[in-house]
Amino acid sequence: MKPSKHPMARILQLTLNGRARTDAVPDNVLLLDYLREHVGLTGTKTGCDGGECGACTVLVDDSPRLSCLTLAAAVDGRRVDTIESLVTDGHLSAVQRGFHEKLGSQCGYCTPGFIMASAGLLRRNPRPTDAEIRDALGSNICRCTGYVKIIEAVQHAAALHAAGVSP
Amino acid sequence: MNEIVPSHNIGDYVPMIDGPEKVSGRAKYTADLIVPGMLAGRIFRSPYSHAEILGVDISEAAKLPGVKAIITGADCDKTFGVLPIARSEHPLARDRVRYRGEPVAAVAAIDDATAKEALRRIKLKVRELPAYHTAQEALAPDAILIHDPKPQNLERDVLFELGDVVAAFAAADLVREGTYNCAEVCQNQMEMHAAVADYDVVRDRITVHASTQVPYYVHLMLSQILAMDMSRIRVVKPHVGGGFGCRTETLNVELIAALLARKAGGCVRLMVNREETFITHRGRPETDIKLKIGMKKDGSLTGVECECIQRGGAHSGYGVVTILYAGSMLYAIYDLNNVKYVGKRVLTNTPPCGAFRGHGTVDIRFAFESLLDEMAHALGLDPFAVRRANLLSAPTFTQNDLMVNSYGLPECLDWVERESGWHARRGKMPKGKGHVSKGLGMACSHYISGASKPVNWTGEPHATVKIKLDFDGSIVVLSGAADIGQGSTTILAQSVAEVLGLGLARIRVVTGDSEVVPKDNGSYSSRVTFMVGNAAIDAAQNLKAVLIAAAARKLEAKPGEIECLGELYRAGAQDKGLTFNEVVTEALKDTGTITVTGNYSTIPESHGGKKYRGSAIGGTMGYSYSAQVVEVSVDEDTGVVTVDKVWVAHDCGKALNRLTVEGQVQGSVWMGMGQAMSEEAAYHDGLMLTANMLDYRVPTIQDSPPIEVGIVESIDPHGPFGAKEAGEGSLAAFLPALTNAIADATGLRFNDLPVTPDRVFAALEKRGRARSNDGKQNGGA
Repeated sequence: MKPSKHPMARILQLTLNGRARTDAVPDNVLLLDYLREHVGLTGTKTGCDGGECGACTVLVDDSPRLSCLTLAAAVDGRRVDTIESLVTDGHLSAVQRGFHEKLGSQCGYCTPGFIMASAGLLRRNPRPTDAEIRDALGSNICRCTGYVKIIEAVQHAAALHAAGVSP
Repeated sequence: MNEIVPSHNIGDYVPMIDGPEKVSGRAKYTADLIVPGMLAGRIFRSPYSHAEILGVDISEAAKLPGVKAIITGADCDKTFGVLPIARSEHPLARDRVRYRGEPVAAVAAIDDATAKEALRRIKLKVRELPAYHTAQEALAPDAILIHDPKPQNLERDVLFELGDVVAAFAAADLVREGTYNCAEVCQNQMEMHAAVADYDVVRDRITVHASTQVPYYVHLMLSQILAMDMSRIRVVKPHVGGGFGCRTETLNVELIAALLARKAGGCVRLMVNREETFITHRGRPETDIKLKIGMKKDGSLTGVECECIQRGGAHSGYGVVTILYAGSMLYAIYDLNNVKYVGKRVLTNTPPCGAFRGHGTVDIRFAFESLLDEMAHALGLDPFAVRRANLLSAPTFTQNDLMVNSYGLPECLDWVERESGWHARRGKMPKGKGHVSKGLGMACSHYISGASKPVNWTGEPHATVKIKLDFDGSIVVLSGAADIGQGSTTILAQSVAEVLGLGLARIRVVTGDSEVVPKDNGSYSSRVTFMVGNAAIDAAQNLKAVLIAAAARKLEAKPGEIECLGELYRAGAQDKGLTFNEVVTEALKDTGTITVTGNYSTIPESHGGKKYRGSAIGGTMGYSYSAQVVEVSVDEDTGVVTVDKVWVAHDCGKALNRLTVEGQVQGSVWMGMGQAMSEEAAYHDGLMLTANMLDYRVPTIQDSPPIEVGIVESIDPHGPFGAKEAGEGSLAAFLPALTNAIADATGLRFNDLPVTPDRVFAALEKRGRARSNDGKQNGGA
């Protein structure tokens, strides 16, 4: 089949990282590709061929979502937050500091996905137990850390959050 | 004089200096480098395991609007490969395909959809050949040759015997043999392979951004494949999402991207997906081991005989080195004096294997430590006592001439024995209670801190670092060392800061761009901290000498009288002295911007001996050591094994950064756990069945235990501040420590990896049947 020169597109309106945004987006475009290739927010990573690794996790209305299994069209009218949204006035968020200071990030490639899944966790549960942290991060794969320091990073983030740092 | 106040840059918990970029999404990886107007690349791959290429028809693809370049094997008759002695691989197959997934053609098009459609229009015509997917099939006498000059499909045949093995076994109280099989495993680093190649038609130059561990090798191979002078090539390594060895070799991805860019006359981003990343692979080969050990009643070893067969895949890659490591690294952990080793690296019609974390040593160590455990049990000895009966005494040279200067294994053993409560708990853990049996197992491992002789021997120093100091007083460290997440950039900054007595805030590190930084041999075999760290110290000392000379001039003192306090230089305690910036101003007066060089070269004694062909492999300036205790629960109803906890002690010489040492050791242990328990590259007729992260089962956070790390500091006399490697040596010990723990829990010994629930369940069932048969024979007692 010949690829259509102009695939069907629609107007997508969303709140992306706190800002209203309107784009014409072809119907078949994934949220992941919209963010990376159309908007240029490359902090969100592609780590697999679909739904296996969690590297592309973003928050849609504060809930973690795999952007590689989500059509961009499906977030019309929604609030989408990516890793780029977490720094406030130049300061790292509690989760970002947790991952940086406790070495929850080594190569850094899975990190945006882990951080967004953790931010989603802390937004709904500011003092998670170890078991709750494991539950919340169970669909994210890290190949560097063995996860030990990721758990410490989220614990540290929860403590920072309790001390007033935004999650 | 000239003493510095300790700056506490070394030995603390120091977060990585490039961490803020990684946690904020600002760190750019190769696939993130989006250039307006860039073309999308795609690779057409062989669906055959082994076939003669009769034709590649690209005519229909070429007609597709938006296709800018198509290349096939006809576009490049050059070969590449990491070892100068074994360059057998074409970027795109010519004449023959040798594994399913081997690149045959590639397309650059205006967008990805067009590139994919072009691939669908390419037609490959072949005559299929017999394909060999196992080492045994490829070694069969009637097998045809996969590569013509390699008789019997043997990439390399290794044989050495040192001492007298027959006499050694005769002198032993117990001689036992075991056979072991370790499945092929993949690095499966989180970042899929990618390259961005930009060809400048006007100047005939090319810039390639690549996700590589060794930009220098990429540079060499681009020159070879493009037949282009090296001075026209620039290689940039952006952030890299892990490597674990697969990116030590130049991969076909970056070479194909460059060929496409040159043919299209522009910029091409070639991204391969996870399935293709698995097929590109370069992982640890499937390994069959026959091992025989002789032991005295006190646990001391008399002799070792080992046969190792590796299924290497369709091209040479690192194969020769891997099979040599497996033999040479039998040594340098225990005191061995009679060893016979037979190694066979076999060419097969599967994706080429390569160097994977713990290169060459892991599967052998699994077999060795498993058999030690079994023999300790048979002789009624404690597993710790058996290790202690065979310790080396450093400094020493092993029987195969490996130089061992520092040896913290005894302290590693002490630490894990104490922290795990070994003696109080072992043998007293619940067995079969609630159908769960618990056990403890232990094992040891070791690894090199960089191969003493680099693969590309040029006569240059092993590592070179430059430091630039300018009017602003900032110190810029220039290094080719590739940070792939292990934290080498941070170690370089810490090392320079320590020598100069300055805070990390003054130090910036620039890496990974051949246009700016000195060449480096790259991030492999855990060489960077040792080699590049020493070069960084040398550079910083050279800079310090320049600054002290300047301070002496200004203060009208002798250089020997200058006290260097980092931010303050003075001539004696009464002098108010000069600030660092004042010293810099003085130093720049005659020369302008200052650039100093630091070098490091290994000593000849570390290069291995000449007792057998290939005996340089295994030589290093310093070995790391590791001991582990693993605690398991085995569910006797389901066969599911849970690792409850791991205690690991690692002798890294000196922990320059305790945070990253812990992270590296935990990551190694955990990667060993994946290999031991769930990971396996499985094939059907040469087609990889597990080329995704669901079927290739990497442990999740739910499967992963707490890993407690003990750092042992043996202070190596040659290491930077006494340091040795921390990123690989702890991987191998996990595998046997796990199976030893399962044996302690259940009495069942698993010699084949991975130890999946299926395998455990089958063994439990077999044991159950045997018990009930025994029961019947004994009158149902």
